[in-house]
This record gives sequence, structure tokens and C-alpha cells, in this order.
Amino acid sequence: MVKKLKKIEGNQFLLLITIVLFLVMYAIGCIIFQDKGFTKFQVFLNLFISNAGLIVIATSMTMVLITGGIDISVGSVVALTCMLLAWMMEIKGMGAVPALITVLLIGVLFGLVQGYLVAYMKIQPFIVTLAGMFFARGMTAVISTDMISIKNETFLAWAQAKMYLPFGGYTNKKGIIIYPYIYPSVLIALFVLVLVFIMLKYTKFGRSIYAIGGNEQSALLMGLNVRRTKLKVYILDGLLAFFGGFLFCLNTCSGFVEQAKGFEMEAIAASVIGGTLLTGGVGNVFGSLFGVLIKGTIETFINFQGTLSSWWTKITIAALLAFFIILQSIFAKAKEKKK
Amino acid sequence: MDNSVVLTMRNINKNFPGVTALADVDFTLRFGEIHALMGENGAGKSTLIKVLTGVEEFETGEIRMQGIEHPIVNKSPQMAQEIGISTVYQEVNLCPNLSVAENLYVGREPKKAGIIDWKTMNKKSRKILEKLNINIDVTRSLDHYSIAIQQMIAIARAVDMSARVLILDEPTSSLDEHEVEKLFDLMRQLKKNGVGIIFVTHYLEQVYEVCDRITVLRNGALVGEYEVEMLPRVQLVAKMMGKDFDDLAAIKKEDSSVQKDKKGVIIEAKDLGHTGTIKPFDLLLHRGKVVGLTGLLGSGRSELARVIYGADKADHGELHVKGNKLLVGAPIDAMKAGMGYLPENRKEEGIIADLSVRENIILALQAKRGMFKLLGKKEQEDFAEKYIDLLQIKTSGTSIPVKQLSGGNQQKVILARWLLTEPEFLILDEPTRGIDIGTKTEIQKLVLKLAGRGMSVMFISSEIEEMIRTCSRMIVLRDGKKIGELEENELSQSGIMKAIAGGTENE
Amino acid sequence: MNKLIKLTKYRLFLPITCLLLVLLINVIKTPTFFNITINNGVLYGYIIDVINRGSELVVFAVGMTIVVAASAGTDISVGAVSALAGAVCCYVLSGGEQSTDFYHAPYIVGVLAAILTGMVCGAWNGFLVAKLKIQPMVATLILFTAGRGMAQLITDGQMIYLRVEHFKMLGASIPGVPLPTPVFVAIIVVIITMLLLKKTALGLYIESVGVNAKAARLLGLNSTMIQFLTYTFCGIMSGIAGLIITSRVYSIDANNAGLNLELDAILAVALGGNSLGGGKFSLIGSVIGAYTIQALTTTLYAMSISADQIPVYKAIVVVIIVTLQSPEFARMRKNITAKFSNKQNMKEAA
Repeated sequence: MVKKLKKIEGNQFLLLITIVLFLVMYAIGCIIFQDKGFTKFQVFLNLFISNAGLIVIATSMTMVLITGGIDISVGSVVALTCMLLAWMMEIKGMGAVPALITVLLIGVLFGLVQGYLVAYMKIQPFIVTLAGMFFARGMTAVISTDMISIKNETFLAWAQAKMYLPFGGYTNKKGIIIYPYIYPSVLIALFVLVLVFIMLKYTKFGRSIYAIGGNEQSALLMGLNVRRTKLKVYILDGLLAFFGGFLFCLNTCSGFVEQAKGFEMEAIAASVIGGTLLTGGVGNVFGSLFGVLIKGTIETFINFQGTLSSWWTKITIAALLAFFIILQSIFAKAKEKKK
Repeated sequence: MDNSVVLTMRNINKNFPGVTALADVDFTLRFGEIHALMGENGAGKSTLIKVLTGVEEFETGEIRMQGIEHPIVNKSPQMAQEIGISTVYQEVNLCPNLSVAENLYVGREPKKAGIIDWKTMNKKSRKILEKLNINIDVTRSLDHYSIAIQQMIAIARAVDMSARVLILDEPTSSLDEHEVEKLFDLMRQLKKNGVGIIFVTHYLEQVYEVCDRITVLRNGALVGEYEVEMLPRVQLVAKMMGKDFDDLAAIKKEDSSVQKDKKGVIIEAKDLGHTGTIKPFDLLLHRGKVVGLTGLLGSGRSELARVIYGADKADHGELHVKGNKLLVGAPIDAMKAGMGYLPENRKEEGIIADLSVRENIILALQAKRGMFKLLGKKEQEDFAEKYIDLLQIKTSGTSIPVKQLSGGNQQKVILARWLLTEPEFLILDEPTRGIDIGTKTEIQKLVLKLAGRGMSVMFISSEIEEMIRTCSRMIVLRDGKKIGELEENELSQSGIMKAIAGGTENE
Repeated sequence: MNKLIKLTKYRLFLPITCLLLVLLINVIKTPTFFNITINNGVLYGYIIDVINRGSELVVFAVGMTIVVAASAGTDISVGAVSALAGAVCCYVLSGGEQSTDFYHAPYIVGVLAAILTGMVCGAWNGFLVAKLKIQPMVATLILFTAGRGMAQLITDGQMIYLRVEHFKMLGASIPGVPLPTPVFVAIIVVIITMLLLKKTALGLYIESVGVNAKAARLLGLNSTMIQFLTYTFCGIMSGIAGLIITSRVYSIDANNAGLNLELDAILAVALGGNSLGGGKFSLIGSVIGAYTIQALTTTLYAMSISADQIPVYKAIVVVIIVTLQSPEFARMRKNITAKFSNKQNMKEAA
């Protein structure tokens, strides 16, 4: 045990802080809001339900951050996805499945363009995706400036398919046992997370991503195809961002221009809080999951508290972000000094 | 192609803007030989290696490899690796965030059922390192280990790629004697297995210890290929330095009376040090003297200068300038006390590439004057013109970006920058690196002239000949520690070499 | 031909060409664009609108130019900071009331509060970037996220209205002056900044640090302090811009004040022919860049494209500009011309 503890290094330490932070926050919530039902298992599951889309997008963001890049277009992409889905199904009368496939194809194309500019034209990822952000948000408005609600039956069936768990239920006032439930979107999001985890840990592509983030020049000299790897990362990122948008849409069932504003910051914050280094090379998608859960817990706090306003979420997340960014920089400095 | 030859390079040409990096260079490597590639800094060694491994493109010429029908043109290190050319570079080119095992296997990870088999990878890695007597935890990330270990891992990686051609680009600069010996054992073993090894190094002893052949380059051109036994050291040095050797020797030193007292002392360091780079040292520097710092790369010679100047903030001891204690928090403090510093790495720490020659020349003076006392345009122009004349800087004007000048002229611009501040103590770290012989001589003469006028100069160079010609005293360093001083009468090539190499009475 | 090539190398070639291009579109599409009318002694027209509406952007661009030059990074918090500064100003002047028709504090206090807010935010960014060496974009991400949240906190999520004629003057016009006030604010900001950069060594220092911070430190410049100052300055600019923005609508809307202006500011810098990689810069270039973007925006409005859709066009312009500027593109172009001339040579030889 001691030996294992010793092996916990700076970066894993950051992740540890995150997990502890989440547990502490949740425990505090359980104590303060005990009478309001915070301790119910369903409240915990709701963290996943309301953030299924964010889980996928934070996962993808983590991958991009590991290469040393960034993607701030994801918020607008989510809005565009929702709008596209709503427009295709409601205005153009397409089926849910063809609409989804079309959206994902657009995601690949979107990622391809961003990836080409980053990897082959060597333009700063931030600038490229900033343009992507504006493009996607603008395109959303080009499609429709009015809100479109989704009424497609297949889609609504997907959105409302509750899956009850066979355990963790409680007996309500009428004496009926109510089991907690989740939506398929949660399972899909977690499935994507695990897939990306496996990809990052167990494939050549995944390890190349870490190598590039660690030292791009070295990666090149060690014979890795840096440009192609980066391009692939951004393509996958585009695909996952649009897919995350789809999961998000399952929650909102509508498309409008102002949707998911600031979503990119939530994804980046979740990643950073989860131990991803913004300088690249270090990151773990499970850490990002905890980052998402922390953000969800803050929101739940604010909901339960009732009098706090929504902007507290933003401020708290920014404060956490600042805390972790400064912590990272201190760690980096300490490491440099050691040499 | 001769069957014993694994690689030939013929008539290789390569130009960088304003500089001919390689002119009609030939190179031949045989199976089972260790072939030294020698030359001064800027001779074209690194460029030749880069061209061979596909990091840089070459313009004309032909590279052929045994067993491959057509001439090869490597577009990337990956392509080079695929045909059996592996390289270990001067700086460790591995990924610090990955584990040791991964660094050995990046890009060719062992797989099971389509996914990376970490167990096998770690096991294999342990085996590879055991063969080299490196016993470390292969699952920890690379940045936990010293540069020496990282270097060994880089070599282990290259070796394991079953290379036919192994390029070692100054691999020994950060290894201690014991580790160097280990590396040499390994090289000999690989040689026995038929690998052709290109060995780029600065250290003559190492060449004579382990190499079979030597190819010498100078100023981007081939001087010749020699069998080690046929080429005595002195001749090798002469070939590396060129014909101008004799001209250089003609420079005469000024008065050189030994001074150990405190009269005319400008700089006095008492127990000054910076953790991790240079151990605490004492030092006296006098007016009108050129003092050399000598030692191998990484011995702490640049670091000693940096700590005096405040480029690295001293965390130990005291510094006195003309008898007054000086706290150097940043270089500006040192400048205000009359110091100037020409850094080792001209590109990264010297020139401000995009700014004009004029701006580069007046910047230090301007910084000394402070933000609100901007030098007038006319003044700036006059200063620039004056020093362009004085140092004969070849430039088409004062307003062209300094990056368009040749290396030697860039160096002169930096010299001008410091001379303009009229320092009493000037540190010159490798002022003649990578510049042509003519300029070199000029700079050496200038250094002596400045000392003659009463300036105290600290001179650092990896060329011992140059140091002997310019310095009246030498400080010897090894492993980040000042280990002794050599007075004028003790200055000879062999004496210095001995002192650098250690085992002398200075210990 | 040679003259033409020389011309393209002139620093302000890119911004001026772009501006002319935008104006040319108008000559063809909406000739009324150039009409100027006088109404009640105040000038009206699309052109006036461009110079007027472009004022905030000019102020932002001035701050951004200096930040980019010194740190090779962008400050993405400027929009959010301007909202925060505006909120602070309105809060101070309204005494916390949601709507008021008289000042609860002297006007100058509100102005100073806004500028001070901007300065503090800038100093925070500067501290993170210069002292802690955090990448600029990441460091400013914090205020980008928190700035509007804090603004909402101050305004309690509501709009604050300041229905005072005097308050509107900064964003509209002073009686008897034919041009809107923001134009003068922009001009004054540019002139003061120019004087600061050209009459002291600050401009030279910033460029030196931006090109090579290591070398700059070794020749006696305090790179950390210089970078810190540029961010603080940029914060002050955000504060000033925030004042104009709030004055225009005599209210603060924490959600939308200065929204997306960070992109416009970055775009203005790039369009001004400045490298986003830091170093040498041209303030005038950025100013022209800012007006070009405003001209583009106004043009799109004139072509009755909705405000929400405009980002699409801007995004395309950004991509084109940065691609043209990228060294990779220059390399590709060089390769192509080399091949082309090779072919020509071969033809001639044949």
C-alpha cells in the first residue's frame, strides 16, 4: 500500500484531488440537503442523465487537449446539431435515423476541415476552432432563427425510454417501491467514454496522441506521423462533438440559436478539473468524467438550495478552473526545479 | 555498390538562406564500422545527419543504401527508420510524459487481439534494458529519470529497432565516464553484429578510443575521410580548423603578469552558486585581463558565467563588484553594475530576430536607460552606424531585420550591443561558434584589444586553441564545479586537456 | 510586376486591401452605402455608422494588439470583462436600483470604477500569463467563463437602466457635435497609445519581448513586467469599451454586452497584418482591421443578413486570413512557384 502511494505522481495526484473533491462535495450535499432528498440514488443518476452529452464532449475534449490542442467550437456545434436534427426531422420530414446519420457525417466533415487547418496548415487550434465556433453558431441561425421543437415519434421514443434499475429503489408515501432509472443516452455516453479510454490506452493511435502531446518534435523523430494523427484526432473530435450534441438534444428535444452557450467552457473545465494538462501529454477520460460530475453536483446544489441564481455555476466552475490551472502550473514549476 | 558498404552519400548540397550548409559532401559507411563525423560547430555535421534522416531536405546529390536498387530520399525520420537508419540525437528526443517501456516501443507496440499488450511490452523492455545493465522501473514515466538514463533509453530504442545504420549524434555529452564506457561496450558489440555506426562527437579521446574511420567536415565542405590509425590527433585538429590555423597563431597576447592580489579586481565571487547548475565557487577577475572558462560541455562553464550575470539567479554566496556587494535579481542589475553578456545560444538568447540591426544594437543601452528615456531616432542611427563601421558588420542597412544577416554578422551585432553599453566586465560565451574563420580572428583580436583598454573579459569556448591564444588565465570546470585555475605559464593544450579530463594535481 | 510584389510586402497592404474590397462590394451591391445626410446637425449614413459602431472594436483591438505582440497569445476575456466593467459602472451610478433617472454617484466615479474593474481583471490575466507562465488563452479562459457570471451577480441577473441624458452622451453624441462621441473616444485612445508606444521605449520593449523573451531578459528587460503591463493595459481598454457599450443602450445586459467581440478584436489584429505569433506589430494596421470588420458587419446588415448569421461570414474571413498568414501556406506557395518557374525554364530550354 505504501509502495503504491509512493508511486502516485504529480499528475495522478491532481486526479486524486478531483475524486476526493467530488466525494466531499457530494457528502456535503447529502448532509445539507438530506431532508430535500439529495441522498436518493436518483439524484446521483440525474447527474449522468442531464450531462450525457457533456460526458461525450468532455471525453473528446480531453483527447484533443492531450495532443496539446483545444476545441472551443463544441458549444456551437451542439447548438448546430440540435438545430440540424430538429430542422431535418420537423421541416424536411426526415426520419430520425437518416437525420442522425447525416448529422454525424457533417461532424466528420467539420472535424476534417478543422483538423486540416490545425495539422497541415499549422494554424493555432484555438484560432481555428474559434472560427469553427462562430461558423457553427452562425449556421444554426442560417437554418432557423426560430426555435424548432422536435415531435418526431422515433426520436421522442429514444429520448423518453426510461430504463429502471432493479435495485436502489425506495418506498414512496403510497407504499409503492420506486426504482431509480436512467436513459439509454447515459449508457451510450459511458460506452463512448470506455471506448475512448481503451483507444487512448491500448491502441497505437491512442499512444501517439500522448506522445505528440508530450513532445511533438520527439514524436516526429521517433517516426510517428504527427500530422496524420492530429488530423484523425480532430476528425474523431468532430464526430464525437456532433454525437454529443445528439445526446444533448435527447434531453432538450429542440433546436434554437442560443442553445448550449458556454458549453465548450464546461467541457474544458471538466477536463482540466479531471487532471488533463492544458500543455498536453497528460490526461485521463475518467478524470474528465469526475470533472463533469463535479459540475453536475454544483448545479444540483444550486437547484436544491433554491435561492441561488444560475450564474453561480459559472462562477464556481471558473473558480475551480482557476484553482486547478494554477495548481498545474505550480506542479510544472516544481518539476522543472527538480531537474 | 561494394558489398562491404552499407551507405553512400554523394555530392550532397544544401543551402539555408544566406548560408551554404553542405557543398558537394561525400560520405561512405561500411558494415561493422564505427565512423566518426568530425568538425567544428557549424561545419555541417548536424545538417548532414538531418539530410540523411529526412529531417531536412537536400537540394542535389544522391544517397544509396545496400540492398536498395534506387537512390533513397528520406522524407521523414520514419522513412529513414523503415529502411534501417536510426538516430539518437544530442538532446534526448523521447516523450517525457510516457513510460520508459512506451518510449522504447512507441509506434511499434506489441499487440494482442488488436490492442496493445502492456504486459509483454513491459517485459520486453525490461529485457532490453537489462542487456545494457540499466535496472529501472520501466512503467514509470521518463521524466523521473536523469538525462543520462534517458539518453541510454534513447540508444536502447534505436538499437532495438534492428538498425543497419545507427547514428549517434553527440550521445556522450551528458554521460559520465562509467556510462560512456558502457555505451562504448555496446557500440563495439553492435559493430560485431555488423551495424554501421555514425558517431558524431566533440571529444577527440573518444574518437581514438572507439572509432575506425573519421570523416572531417569544415564549413559545409568535405575535408576528407581517414583511417583512425593514419591520422594523428594534431593533424585531425589541423584538418578541423583549417589552413588559417597559422594565421590565428600570429595573434600576440598583451602583457600577462600574474595577478593574484585584489588590485584592479572588478568581480569577486564568494561561494557563489546556483543549485542544480553550478556548485558554489570563489573567483577573482581583474581589469584588463581575459580569463577563460574551460571544461567539457555541461561542465558548468556557461552556468558559472550565467550566475555571475544573473541570467540564473544565484541562490548561494555573494557577488562583489569593485568591492561593493551586489545583489543581482535580474540581468538588468548586473548591467547597471557594468556587466555585459553575450550568450552561448545566439539564436535563442542573443538576437531578437525580427527586429532591425539598429534596434538590436541599441536595445541593451535603451534597457539600461529605462523606458522613459527613449533614444532619439538620430542617436540610434548614429550609434548603429558607428558600430557597423567599427566591427565591419556586413549589412545592407541599419533597418533590415537582423535575422537576414549571416551568423558571424549577427554575432557582431550582439557584440556591438554590449560594447555600446561600455561595460567594464564582458562575458563572451562561445562568441566564435558557427562563424567563419575570418570573423573568428577579428573577434579574437577585438577581445584582446578590449582587454588592452582595461576591460575585464570572461571568455568561454570549446576550442582550446582559441582559448590559449586569447586568455591570460583559465578556470577549469568539471561536473558543475570549479576545480582549479591555470596561470599563463601553465596554458598548453595538453595541460588544459589534462586538467579538464581530471586526475591532475588540481583535484 | 515587380512593383506589385513590392507593394504586397508593404505592411499595411493586407488591411487596406481588405478594407477596399469590402467597400468595393458596397459600390456594386448597395450604392446608398456611401450616402451621408445631416439631420439636426448630426451626420448620418452607413459610413458614419461604420466609424461609430467600430469604435469599441478599435479600443478592444488596441489592447489586443499589444497583448498579442508581447505574449504571442490572445486575451479571450475582453468581451466578458467589458460586460463586467459596464455592470460595475451601472451598479455604482444607479446605486443598485434596476432603473433610475438620476445618478446616485458622480459620473466620474462610475467611469473610474469601470476602468478600475478592467484594470484589475487585466492584472489578474497578466499575473497568470507573465508570472505563472500559463498559456494566455488558458489563463484568460478563466475570466471568459467567470466575467459574465460576476456581471450577472452584480446586476442580480437583471438589466440595469440608466435613463439619464448625460449618461447617453458617451455612446451617442454631444449636442452640437456632428460626429458621435465614440469616434472621438477611439481616436483619443489610439493617439494616447501611439504616444505611449512611440515616445517611450515601451513599443520597442514589447516587440523585443514578443520576438524573443529570453533574449530580452538577458539584455536587461523585465519580460515578466512588460507582459504583465500589456495585459493590464488590455484590461483598461476593455473597461473603456465597456463604458461605450453600456452608454449606447444606457443599460447593462450582462449576457450580451460585448458578446463575441473578442473574436472581432483578434480578427482585427490579424487583419491588420499582425502576426498572431507575437513580435513586431502595427497599431494602425489593427485600427484599419477593426474598421474593416465593422464595415463588413454593416455591409452584411445593409444586405439584410440577420445579426445571428453574421458570424458565419466572419468565421470564413478569419480562416482565409490566418491561412494566408500561416508560414505553411507561404511554403506551399513557394513550392508551387518554384515548380512553375522550373517548368518555364525547361520550356525555355527546349
